Amino acid sequence: MRGSFGRWPLSATADRSPHGAEVALGASAGGPMEAVGAPSPAIRLVGVTAGYGDRVALEHVDLEIPVGALVAVVGPNGGGKSTLLKLIAGVLKPWTGSVEVLGAAAGREAHRVAYVPQAELVDWSFPVNVWNVAMMGRYPRLGPLRQPGRADREAVAAALERVGMLDRARSPIGALSGGQRRRAFLARAMAAEVDLYLLDEPVTGVDVPTQEAIMELLSAEAEKGKAVVATTHDLGAAVKHFKSIVAVNRRIVAAGPAALLTNPDILSQTYGGHLLVLGENLGILDDSHHHDDPAGTERHFHDDQRGGRS
Amino acid sequence: MNLVLDPLGYTFFVRALAASVIVGLVCATVGSYMVLRGMAFMGDALSHSAFPGVVAAYLLRVPFYFGASIAAVGTALAIGWVTRQGKLRSDTATGVLFAAMFALGVFMFSLIPNYVGDLFGFLFGEVLGIGLGDLVSLAILAGLVLGTLALLWKELLYATFDPLGAAASGLPVVRLDYLLLALIALTIVISLQSVGIILVVAMLVTPAATAQLISKSFGRLVLIAGTIGTLCPIVGLYCSFWLNSASGATVVLVESSVFLVVLTVTMVVARFRHPSVAPAA
Repeated sequence: MRGSFGRWPLSATADRSPHGAEVALGASAGGPMEAVGAPSPAIRLVGVTAGYGDRVALEHVDLEIPVGALVAVVGPNGGGKSTLLKLIAGVLKPWTGSVEVLGAAAGREAHRVAYVPQAELVDWSFPVNVWNVAMMGRYPRLGPLRQPGRADREAVAAALERVGMLDRARSPIGALSGGQRRRAFLARAMAAEVDLYLLDEPVTGVDVPTQEAIMELLSAEAEKGKAVVATTHDLGAAVKHFKSIVAVNRRIVAAGPAALLTNPDILSQTYGGHLLVLGENLGILDDSHHHDDPAGTERHFHDDQRGGRS
Repeated sequence: MNLVLDPLGYTFFVRALAASVIVGLVCATVGSYMVLRGMAFMGDALSHSAFPGVVAAYLLRVPFYFGASIAAVGTALAIGWVTRQGKLRSDTATGVLFAAMFALGVFMFSLIPNYVGDLFGFLFGEVLGIGLGDLVSLAILAGLVLGTLALLWKELLYATFDPLGAAASGLPVVRLDYLLLALIALTIVISLQSVGIILVVAMLVTPAATAQLISKSFGRLVLIAGTIGTLCPIVGLYCSFWLNSASGATVVLVESSVFLVVLTVTMVVARFRHPSVAPAA
């Protein structure tokens, strides 16, 4: 089954230990996978095992994500979604294997990568406003000696305009709603003018119109040839808004078009006992509030303003 | 008799005033990053770990800046390293290391045949006795700390606010963490003579904590903290002069009073703005 494009749904479901199976995602709009000899991928993981301390979070991961992909990473809490994102971002080094991003070792092309953390990991009482947050996207390219100039202010204004937050530019982040907070961080990523977006739970806990608006923006970026990889708890959102999915549960369970998530076998392999499959494409997760892979250095804050989460 | 001008006739008072203002400003600026990172305990720990360095410098008859810098920066880096190994929480590593260092200082101190008053100055501060040479060294080190912050303020801000996002976009977050630790350690060394080992943490944390109550942007936070950090030592030093009270403690009490006033005012204002917590339908 190695590298057998077009047959991955079978390989993911039939093979109960699919590590070693080369999985890759197509960039074409939800259609069938394209041929193997596609241009060099945006992301390539080969034989990757990684974790924290002595705890394994992901093992034997082989994965390719092409340029222009719009990918949802789904899986149970503690299943390795955030770990996968951190490996690609280059902030977590794999124990074994290699992670290649934008044609170089992960972390090497960092100025072309934007990472948006989970809302729970952000200190919303931090004294910065929306403009400040978006401007941070420009810092890495400025370097230590240069201060933000006109080009940076224009890029920040344009990004805030795109996410519809320009009129809230002077608002402290603590005064924003959950959806506005995500959009402020999305503006930071866009102001950075990157080729790869990594987003940890960008649409979790936000209202449907905001969800749609965020996904429209990400979809447009993917169409421009940028790669977008986002983790999500929300299987409905994954099926509806993303072209492809990667299902992880300590290893890659399946990778391919988003419609894979309507396959009960893949769902039960991904979520084990945590998922109740109700119908063709409806499932209920029983683990909606835990945190993925809290590393020792991470701070944990709850977003009190967002109200109840399901 | 003029309450403001008379003390300025004394050279020692003018020197003390200059030293206190520089120390207050540097502490407040560095402290702004510390309160945002939750590093108040770290400040207390690093100041205590400078003690063996001070005693060693005294025994070796070298300027205390050398000994204190080596001890404090060394401990800061050691805490960072032990924490990064992931076996211990950072406050645990900090508690173990700083207590050991302080104990080493007390141990060495107790071996000195005749206890010397100078060293007590380092525990509680004695800015009125600062010499011209020490003032110059202090000013140079302060310039070094503030200059580094001026160059790297935005990188440090990004790494403080969102370490993951900053690291993913290529900022050397680990090195920035170590750098900030080193800057805190240096700031403590600068402050030792003015406020002493025990009270440095107040100079670092209180102005920034006060500013945090009333600022919604980082620029404002640093500005307000810096203003408090600069003005309080002036008021404190005059009070100390006229009351004949311990200078370091008086300055710290002035800063604490400002904090208390601001805290009270913000609570009253909040009460007025949101008179009740009646649930909106």
